[in-house]
Amino acid sequence: MELKPGSRWKSPVCDTEVVIVRPSKTPVNLECGGQPMVPHGTPPAAGLELSADFSAGSQVGKRYSDEETGLEVLCTKAGKGSLSLDGRPIGEKEAKKLPASD
Amino acid sequence: MHTALLLEMASDAAPDRIILGELAEGVSFAELAGRARGSAAWLSGKAGETIVYLGLNGVCLPVAVFAAGLLGKPFAPINYRLPDADLRKLVARTAPSVAIVDDDMLARVQGVDGVTLVPVSEFRAVCADESHRAGELPFVDPDIGVLLFTSGTTGEPKAAVLRHRNLTSYVISTVEFLGADADEAALVSVPPYHIAGISAILTGVYGGRRIVHMPAFTAEDWVTQAAKEKITHAMVVPTMMSRILDILEERKEKLPRLKALSYGGGRMPQIVIERALKLLPHVDFVNAYGLTETSSTISVLGPEDHRAAMTSKDPKVHRRLGSVGRPLPTLELEIRGPEGEVLPAGVAGEIYVRGEQVAGEYLSKKVIQDDGWFPTNDAGWLDEDGYLFVEGRLDDVIVRGGENMSPGEIEDVLRAHPNVGDVAVMGIPDDYWGERVAAVIVPKDGQPSTEELAAWVKSRLRSTKTPEIWEFREALPYNETGKLLRRLLKAELVKSAQLATA
Repeated sequence: MELKPGSRWKSPVCDTEVVIVRPSKTPVNLECGGQPMVPHGTPPAAGLELSADFSAGSQVGKRYSDEETGLEVLCTKAGKGSLSLDGRPIGEKEAKKLPASD
Repeated sequence: MHTALLLEMASDAAPDRIILGELAEGVSFAELAGRARGSAAWLSGKAGETIVYLGLNGVCLPVAVFAAGLLGKPFAPINYRLPDADLRKLVARTAPSVAIVDDDMLARVQGVDGVTLVPVSEFRAVCADESHRAGELPFVDPDIGVLLFTSGTTGEPKAAVLRHRNLTSYVISTVEFLGADADEAALVSVPPYHIAGISAILTGVYGGRRIVHMPAFTAEDWVTQAAKEKITHAMVVPTMMSRILDILEERKEKLPRLKALSYGGGRMPQIVIERALKLLPHVDFVNAYGLTETSSTISVLGPEDHRAAMTSKDPKVHRRLGSVGRPLPTLELEIRGPEGEVLPAGVAGEIYVRGEQVAGEYLSKKVIQDDGWFPTNDAGWLDEDGYLFVEGRLDDVIVRGGENMSPGEIEDVLRAHPNVGDVAVMGIPDDYWGERVAAVIVPKDGQPSTEELAAWVKSRLRSTKTPEIWEFREALPYNETGKLLRRLLKAELVKSAQLATA
């Protein structure tokens, strides 16, 4: 899967949707709920199930990033599945909240 | 990433939250998203590659911003205060385009080649007509989000290019998604063609803070609206701040609901911000420094910094009230010398910045370097703790006998004099010194003597920084967004200096 910045992906097993903020330095598979994510707009596939190991959920508006590969995504829609890269869970990026300036 | 996705996220997550308009007739996220979609579908049937907006702030503005985004067409807000001839010339440069125009401005741009006019009343009707919302939108790969024309005080306005990725990077890295409390509201009084007007819409939507637009700024209306609309947040330019404080004092209004007031878009006189801190002790003040070319804010002096600077006895900390705080953590910022060398703390040079929100590009030319660094053309320096002090445009720095001087520093000192209402300091060409320091003073409560003013500066700065040319005027020339028209003033001063020696 080519995780280009700005490209949108959805989970095949829950409502989670993400947009790629920063690409990965190496080829990698992005998964949600234990299943590879599919391009936004792909019709739902039958027969796939949410893995219990990846069911902590995703939160809309949170950024998830992986130090090892540099990949960063923004969750644009929340779902029951949690995100992983080649089976390795990726964590929430610490939010840097700034005082409102606009 | 696409600006319209910011709205899509928010309207999915909080469809019923009121995001636009006054308390009495607010527009929800779901309704804003619907209007953006419907008007985008309708606009897709019109010829034109750019969506122009010529009008005052209002509920149609955010709709048009997101509709343009959905269509993948640049959004170009135009300065309606330009003289008619300049306005037509600028609008002509956007062709082929569709222009959404306030009804009472239509006559001014009628018949410009390649520009399809849509009266804002018609646009409003399109927004309200739900039948448009089911319309198919063409698939687009969005690129340029916004075209902003610079104020053009130095010549033809340049079209600054802000790409969707610059704008969205700024928003998602500085604002917490739906982080605002449901009862928060921001009063937006900067015009649509100012970068702060655009970023207020994007960050307001992403943060979920209700946006209340003022069609045009007066300090009286601002204070009235702030109280009536239960405003918690606002951004103003320095000239607005000082007039707002006058009205607050006059009306003995404290604006108890106001939580945060940010300012930027020009140098804030230290005396004004000190007055603001005293008058509104419950308010969090934020000084934001940014440029059109950087998608808004790149450095912030936060509320705690303000309070620490105000109360500190340490002169190093106190003077930070005159700084723009520290650069955003998502950016790199350096001060460089004329040869491009990086300068250490305490030494002034040109401010360079690098980061994803930095566009640094005009339609006519790219200013950003291949390695991503953008020379801002602003002069400044960092203190040892990383606080940034901006001295103004590089061209405005006064060089007298090899010594660099910031006009702002001298202006601050003069403004603190009881008989000085307003002041502008600039360098006037001089055969011997290169430049000499000139000051234009707007007197207050009686005209001070030039000897007295010279002694005032000399005792607080040093003799080389003391103005040698003085002029008194009734008012200084500002543009409508509060920028002092320094070059205009300088040209007039140079002319009168030549006359004096001729």
